[in-house]
Amino acid sequence: MTISSLLNNLSQSLWVWLVTDVLLWSLFVLLILSVVVILRSPLQRAVWQKVFHQRLAVVSAVLLAVAASFALLDSIHLREPLPRATQDMPVRYSVEVNSVLDLLLVDLRKDHEKTYSAPLAVTLAALEPVTVSLPDGTIEVRREAPRLKVAGAAFPPGPVDETTYWLDVVQRADLGAVGGALFFGVLGFIFMLLRRISSKNEQTNRIAWRWVAYTLASLCVLGGIFIGLSSNFHVFGTDKVGQDVLYQVLKSLRTALVIGLVPTLVTLPLGIALGLSAGYFRGKVDDVIQYVYTTVSAIPGVLLIAAAVLSIQVMIDNHPEWFATAVERGDIRLLALCIILGMTSWTGIARLLRGEALKMREFEYVQAARAFGVSAGQILLRHVLPNVFPIILITLVMEFSSLVLAEAVLSYIGIGVDPTMFSFGLMINNARMELSRDPVVWWSLTAAFLFMVILVLAANLLADAVRDALDPRSEGQS
Amino acid sequence: MIKPLLQVRNLSLGFTRKTDDGSDILTIDALSDISFQLHAGETLALLGESGCGKSLTALALMRLLPTQARFQTGHVLLGSDQQGGRTEDLLRVSEDRMRQVRGRRMAMIFQEPATSLNPVMRIGEQIKEVLKLHRAMAGSDADEEVLALLAQVGLPDPQRAASAYPFELSGGMKQRAMIAIALAGDPDILLADEPTTALDVTLQAQILDLIAVLQRERQMGVLLITHDLAVVSARADRVAVMYAGQIVESGPVAQVLQHSTHPYTRALLAALPEKAVPGQALAQLSGRVPPLGSWPMACRFAPRCAIREPHCVEESPPWVLLPGADSLELQHHGRCWRVGDETISDDQPLALLAEPIHPIEASPVLTVSNLRVRYQPSSQGMLHRLSRVLSRKPVKPVRPVVDGVSFNLKPGETLAIVGESGCGKTTTARAILRLIDSESGDIILNGNAIVGAGIKPVNGWRRDVQMVFQDPFASLDPRQRIRQVLSEGPVALGLPASEYNNDSLVRLLDRVGLPPEALDRFPHEFSGGQRQRVAIARALAVSPKVLICDEPTSALDVSVQAQILNLLQKLQAETGVAYLFITHNFGVVRYLADRVLVMQAGQVVETGDTEQLLSRPQHAYTRALLNSVPMLG
Repeated sequence: MTISSLLNNLSQSLWVWLVTDVLLWSLFVLLILSVVVILRSPLQRAVWQKVFHQRLAVVSAVLLAVAASFALLDSIHLREPLPRATQDMPVRYSVEVNSVLDLLLVDLRKDHEKTYSAPLAVTLAALEPVTVSLPDGTIEVRREAPRLKVAGAAFPPGPVDETTYWLDVVQRADLGAVGGALFFGVLGFIFMLLRRISSKNEQTNRIAWRWVAYTLASLCVLGGIFIGLSSNFHVFGTDKVGQDVLYQVLKSLRTALVIGLVPTLVTLPLGIALGLSAGYFRGKVDDVIQYVYTTVSAIPGVLLIAAAVLSIQVMIDNHPEWFATAVERGDIRLLALCIILGMTSWTGIARLLRGEALKMREFEYVQAARAFGVSAGQILLRHVLPNVFPIILITLVMEFSSLVLAEAVLSYIGIGVDPTMFSFGLMINNARMELSRDPVVWWSLTAAFLFMVILVLAANLLADAVRDALDPRSEGQS
Repeated sequence: MIKPLLQVRNLSLGFTRKTDDGSDILTIDALSDISFQLHAGETLALLGESGCGKSLTALALMRLLPTQARFQTGHVLLGSDQQGGRTEDLLRVSEDRMRQVRGRRMAMIFQEPATSLNPVMRIGEQIKEVLKLHRAMAGSDADEEVLALLAQVGLPDPQRAASAYPFELSGGMKQRAMIAIALAGDPDILLADEPTTALDVTLQAQILDLIAVLQRERQMGVLLITHDLAVVSARADRVAVMYAGQIVESGPVAQVLQHSTHPYTRALLAALPEKAVPGQALAQLSGRVPPLGSWPMACRFAPRCAIREPHCVEESPPWVLLPGADSLELQHHGRCWRVGDETISDDQPLALLAEPIHPIEASPVLTVSNLRVRYQPSSQGMLHRLSRVLSRKPVKPVRPVVDGVSFNLKPGETLAIVGESGCGKTTTARAILRLIDSESGDIILNGNAIVGAGIKPVNGWRRDVQMVFQDPFASLDPRQRIRQVLSEGPVALGLPASEYNNDSLVRLLDRVGLPPEALDRFPHEFSGGQRQRVAIARALAVSPKVLICDEPTSALDVSVQAQILNLLQKLQAETGVAYLFITHNFGVVRYLADRVLVMQAGQVVETGDTEQLLSRPQHAYTRALLNSVPMLG
């Protein structure tokens, strides 16, 4: 699909803002705002410079940023207009809700095979009866793997010759790699031009930029290869209904990010408010809050989540009139899952912050503020909160990876996201059956596993780097 | 001549550090050309301010250095313990051999006993570990030796101490246990790194006595690392003064302290409040020890030196031997171009402090009567408390921390509260600020009762009393700029905005001797002394009538302490603020205070004019306290 037709499409479609779309985008705006704040404060700047002095942190940040941009593109939903019979008919919109990412990946999305096919294969992974007319006029029914509908269309019908096949694969991969490299070159050139024009960045972090460039270059080349191969193959194969697995993992990125980030919107206010006040006020306040979080953390999380998700599912099923489309229905369930995950995971951060506040209320600068008669709220806001901010940040990034993993587990046992959506957990759940087939269908699981590991590993490595940089005890060790 | 036990020759040490862009590795000098020797039965003191490399020297001898440290040159020659044995160069022996030396030949005791003992092992086991490793003792032999050692270090009940965990012992007992562990290997050399800094004066005297006795019995060489000139004067035979990674002067204690040749040693001595006449400004040493990596090329002391000459900043000064020494032990060296310069006189002209504008008035600004504070037993869970309420069991009362303290404070006066830690000094101060609730008693501040039966004061009184805290590194919020720090008080007390606009904050900084640029900096950009100035400025921002100073100089070096004490004197003369000065340093008391109040276990045992009380103490506790203070000889 060309850019102009995409834009044309965007202008005519009905925009659908799902709740999680709004949340994800507002988190993105929040991130941009905090970056601006950090750039303005020299103290914060120095700390983050330290984070990005570490190569792994830079690579992880770039990987996460790329994943986030996929998720953000996937979070602009719209309904395309249906073709009108006559000019004066009112515009009707399709019930199918697509995201901008869907429109960009229209080839991957629309071109279905019949069923499973292995990565880069030109035939199905299942044998089918095929009628063959032999040269002597007899007709024989053989069981063989038929050619795919979409993949391998560039080859002539009939069995594909090994050399032709590999030649084609290598050719397309090479072409894609060159295209990716060229794209990166253009990108770098534009960036250089912009920098030349502004040319005020005296203290740029050379290591960081070099590694940003390395990572982006490899991602561009890799992306180029994927695009090149996708023109004639399914890079990660297809699933049971013949859908491209690459498309599925790209769509799963959004679900993973929503699950990893949105629960923190619940966790943070609860954890910070309750944790800090328990530690700072002590006494009865502390007693009550401690009892609440001890009780909450004593309830098995999975049971609570199962109960909540199932009852919400019942509610959704009983009120089909609330939702215009299936996507909206799935989205509400996703949101509910996020909220309930947040409700069960605030206790960790609350306990941590309670300890910090207990310690910090005895600090002399807090005492000095109390000696001036500064109110408790002001002290918490101005002295305690800014000083526990690093801890909050580190917990958040650590929480992200555990939430992404939790989604996989919950979807696996069937109380995760709506089955109509794409998520790593659902893909892994499906793989249960696929692994017992013969021949083994391994690609779906492998692709989901690969993407999830990269995402979670990047988040963990970034969290480590952030913790090292923000931890005052690591000062002077390098 | 007897061979020295330990000879350190030209020891130089550097730290490797990555350059900012991470491409190159630099080496930064940390110790340069350290040479000294230690004989059996002798105490050598390493003296200097923090950041001079004293502890690093001790760690270098033990080869217990951080990974970035690199030896550059030098020898550490350890004499053999056998007759006629060979000396070894500790920098060149294997790590295995070094492990035999550590603990067996050289043992170390650290500043903080609480963190140098393993909290999950009994004291006896920790000693046995050393016995097993270095003296191959086990079983009942080891048990007996443990008890003998613990008795030797003066623990009253060795049996009980051996089976105790560190948390069951008090600070002084922990330090004794630490010494017992150090002695277990029967070492020839004891490295004592500020062994008494974390302890009270009375304990300090006991521990130093103990080390002296053990040293005599075992003929150990002791390397005593300290920043306390009085301890050096009372306890050491010879002293090496360190500055910025170099030894700048060394010699017999009496020689060095009475006829010091290096301007740094002289400045340190002059900065002591013990040496000053009350009412006169302390001689102060400007600036501070430059941080690692920015040491001057030539004479490292030159930037702070009062008698600097042009060539001092161009050429490194020589290591000069002063005439008059008969033997090696009595040699007196100085690293200065002007050693032996007769034109330098010992008494520099000292500035007189400004005449007080506000003489001490008769009516007190602060009256405390019968103040009693009791800490509630540590809070138990809700259910515990509920069950206690239900069963109506009477709560066993805890002993009050402050028990019937009464005193008054007049404008422009300084009242010092002295006593051991835990005697209720700080609790009294915090009760006056109402940071903790008092049980009974009245506090009248500037004519208004702020504590007493049925009084619920509004915050307005808070501008009349403020506090300066002990630790300048903990008393400023690391995430606030100085501007926010200083304006917090006026804002919280609802003072008019003119009290904290730019001009008045600059004026405030000027009064405590800080430049206007400081306003937009963060606390971590300042040194300890500068931070304490900021903390004083913060308290002064609301122009209090009473300023409570809780050991404001105990965390600071001698030269910085002099700067802060001078500042406090000046501010009192200018504004007539009354100081309630909490301290355990009698030098500071004598120099600064008009009256003294001695506290023991929450009660006032003696009070009186400074001069009178220090020269003719009446109460036995005051006498004990004064006797344990090491005095400059």
